Amino acid sequence: MTRENIRAALIEALCAIAPEGDYAGLRGDRPLREQLDIDSFDFLNVVIRLHDKLGVDIPEAEYRKLATLDSAIDYLAARLG
Amino acid sequence: MHEFRMPSLGADMEAGTLVEWNMKPGQTVKRGDIVAVVETQKGAVDIEIWEDGIVDRLLVEPGTTVPVGEPIALLRGEGEAAAPAQAAAPAVAGPALAPALAAEKVARAAHAARVKVSPAARRRAAELGVDVARVAASAADGVVSLADVERAAQPARPPTPGKAAEADRAAAMRAAIGAAMAKSKREIPHYYLGATIDVTRALSWLEQQNAGRPVAERILFAAVLLRATAQALAEVPELNGHWRDGRLQMAPAVHLGVGIALRGGGLVAPAIHDAEKKNAAEIMRALGDLITRARSGGLRSSELSDATITVTNLGEQGVEEVYGVIYPPQVALVGFGKVLPRAWADGASIVVRQTLRATLAADHRASVGHRGALFLSALERLLLEPEKLA
Repeated sequence: MTRENIRAALIEALCAIAPEGDYAGLRGDRPLREQLDIDSFDFLNVVIRLHDKLGVDIPEAEYRKLATLDSAIDYLAARLG
Repeated sequence: MHEFRMPSLGADMEAGTLVEWNMKPGQTVKRGDIVAVVETQKGAVDIEIWEDGIVDRLLVEPGTTVPVGEPIALLRGEGEAAAPAQAAAPAVAGPALAPALAAEKVARAAHAARVKVSPAARRRAAELGVDVARVAASAADGVVSLADVERAAQPARPPTPGKAAEADRAAAMRAAIGAAMAKSKREIPHYYLGATIDVTRALSWLEQQNAGRPVAERILFAAVLLRATAQALAEVPELNGHWRDGRLQMAPAVHLGVGIALRGGGLVAPAIHDAEKKNAAEIMRALGDLITRARSGGLRSSELSDATITVTNLGEQGVEEVYGVIYPPQVALVGFGKVLPRAWADGASIVVRQTLRATLAADHRASVGHRGALFLSALERLLLEPEKLA
């Protein structure tokens, strides 16, 4: 799976949970929580969607690796690689 | 003959706009049935009926804004004669909920099939004159979002943007919350208590629990805090109930109000019913369901009107502690702050523990500080023995 595909899957999962976020202005190096106003419940739902879509089971202890868009793509690319 | 009235969905609601009826004259309804949808400043709410009966007459047309407490339908009992026919039922013209809510536009959406729409999107649709039933949801969950509504409105969008109307709505919502909180501060003699609780064990217990659970069944720490709160209330029942007619009415069940922030601003505090009977996993399911419906529209009237105590958790925003304002007619509010590592005295040594500030704002007419302190110590004891919270 390419990084572009992973990015698209991530954005799709985030859009489904926080549809009113500003995705055009989303910065890859800043925390997603702050930029999209998502809380831990939203975040859990993103993890569930990623699991359904990509088949990746992300342990709780590794949630922090998904803090920004860039770090999440790095993490998922490594897991799926 | 009974009058079914516009329910109060919280102390900060003055009026609601009828969006649709789910019952018609001659129909038999049972207590708990969802009989109408009402648009409030906090989104569309499914209205449950409080008694069994037969619908005699609907008094209000969809699109009408009705003050809380005004009759909106007549119900008759089994075998009771129908009410004498009257000329066209007068629609009660209440004060506009918000100038932005153009009644006839809401009415146009009313007859369409029920669609899932976020509260912000529904308001915007009313402003823009968009029929939400005709808007396609872009998100996978089928919930129509603000962006979907704005896209749908593009061709027909009037030259004057809705910014002013949006500001009016936000101002109206702030005014309503302000009025309820002013009433609380004016009438309720609050006292405040706080305790720092060691949650290291509770967190590691939860981590173990979640490690063995599928992703979709993981439990958030917030659910553990809610479970502990519901259990601790059994020991200090005078914090759970309502202050009405100059006295405390303790509630037999714990309907735990949970503060939920809405996207695009706003706050609701719907209740998890019978929280004292639910285990951590059940509380989590109920919490997830409430948050989802709070943000997509579809909260039920009972959830917005019968909370017996409220919990607010501002820890995720980085706040260390919160001293809340009690939501009348409730008599207490429990606040949780951010989980933080703190230096902790353990016997003669200093260790680092994960800790949390728990606070209680309580009504001095209903309880005394000594009892409030007992509640916080019960909460601490429960969180130190998390196995019992499973």
